[in-house]
Amino acid sequence: MKSTIKKFRLPLAVALLYILLFIFSPDMAVRSSLVTWEYFLEMVFILPPVFILMGLMEVWLPKEKIQVWLGNDSGLRGGIFSLALGTLPTGPVYVAFPLAASLLHKGASITNVVIFLGSWAALKIPQLMVEIKFLGLRFALVRFVLTTVALVIMGLFMQAMLRRFPDKKWLDEGESLSE
Amino acid sequence: MATSIIIYSILVIALVISLAKSKEKTKKACKVATKALLKTAPALLAMLGIVGLILGLLTPQKISSLIGAEAGFFATITAAVIGSLTLIPSLVAFPLAGSLLRSGATVMTISAFITTLVMVGIVTAPMEMKVLGKKFTILRNGLGIIAALLIALLMGVIL
Repeated sequence: MKSTIKKFRLPLAVALLYILLFIFSPDMAVRSSLVTWEYFLEMVFILPPVFILMGLMEVWLPKEKIQVWLGNDSGLRGGIFSLALGTLPTGPVYVAFPLAASLLHKGASITNVVIFLGSWAALKIPQLMVEIKFLGLRFALVRFVLTTVALVIMGLFMQAMLRRFPDKKWLDEGESLSE
Repeated sequence: MATSIIIYSILVIALVISLAKSKEKTKKACKVATKALLKTAPALLAMLGIVGLILGLLTPQKISSLIGAEAGFFATITAAVIGSLTLIPSLVAFPLAGSLLRSGATVMTISAFITTLVMVGIVTAPMEMKVLGKKFTILRNGLGIIAALLIALLMGVIL
């Protein structure tokens, strides 16, 4: 019981905020609830298939292949492959987190996973189309180039940091998941 | 809608192949999926609630009034904060950014809004932590803020 409350303390805190909001600013509370409901419908529909895909990846993806394609020695080809994977028209970024975790478990390098996540969020092809339409080709192009450079630097830096100071807790949990 | 069609199509194809190859392994995949989904559920619920709170507060009109009129450094920082905090679909965000740009906001401010919007996810951080770890999430979003601001600065200079 106690551990359940601990696990849900964040959503419980949020629920409390909503109660306060309904008392002090009912207008905003209604607006917020509607937004939450909309996102809830979206996630209920999208997340179960995403997690099943993640499960399938955990079970089927051959570790050796992922290591070759996206691992520490995949070099430039690995980086370009990660970038391209991210730009594919799929879904919002929270869809990418479980897939990225799965790739990491399978031996993809941190650099490549950071590039994959970043490109998923920032360089999606359908999103770029909308950007060109409303902000112009020059804006979109400059942002694309600068973001790509930034992602590579971020990825390399994070890999160096997380190798020196590994996230032990996360590594242990990853092992318990695939048992 | 297009998102769901793509994801469900990929899922169906993957499931068919998986089932044809091994029923056992497919079952195991579903078990892994359920376990991971349940583990992530509290973070997802919190994320949903926070998205509502933030978007309830920061309506498009409100965002316009915060970063549209006043140009300069303060507007850029405000734009970066709003971009980091919100989770807005690009179909809403880009038209909004375009109209702000036309109504007099600087390129730097608009870039800060867009780059933080796509590179930093404070709202999705609880979920990111659950599946990718605390350190990874803090590093990625922290560096994302710095990178986004630098990109905005450069774009302001270049464009």
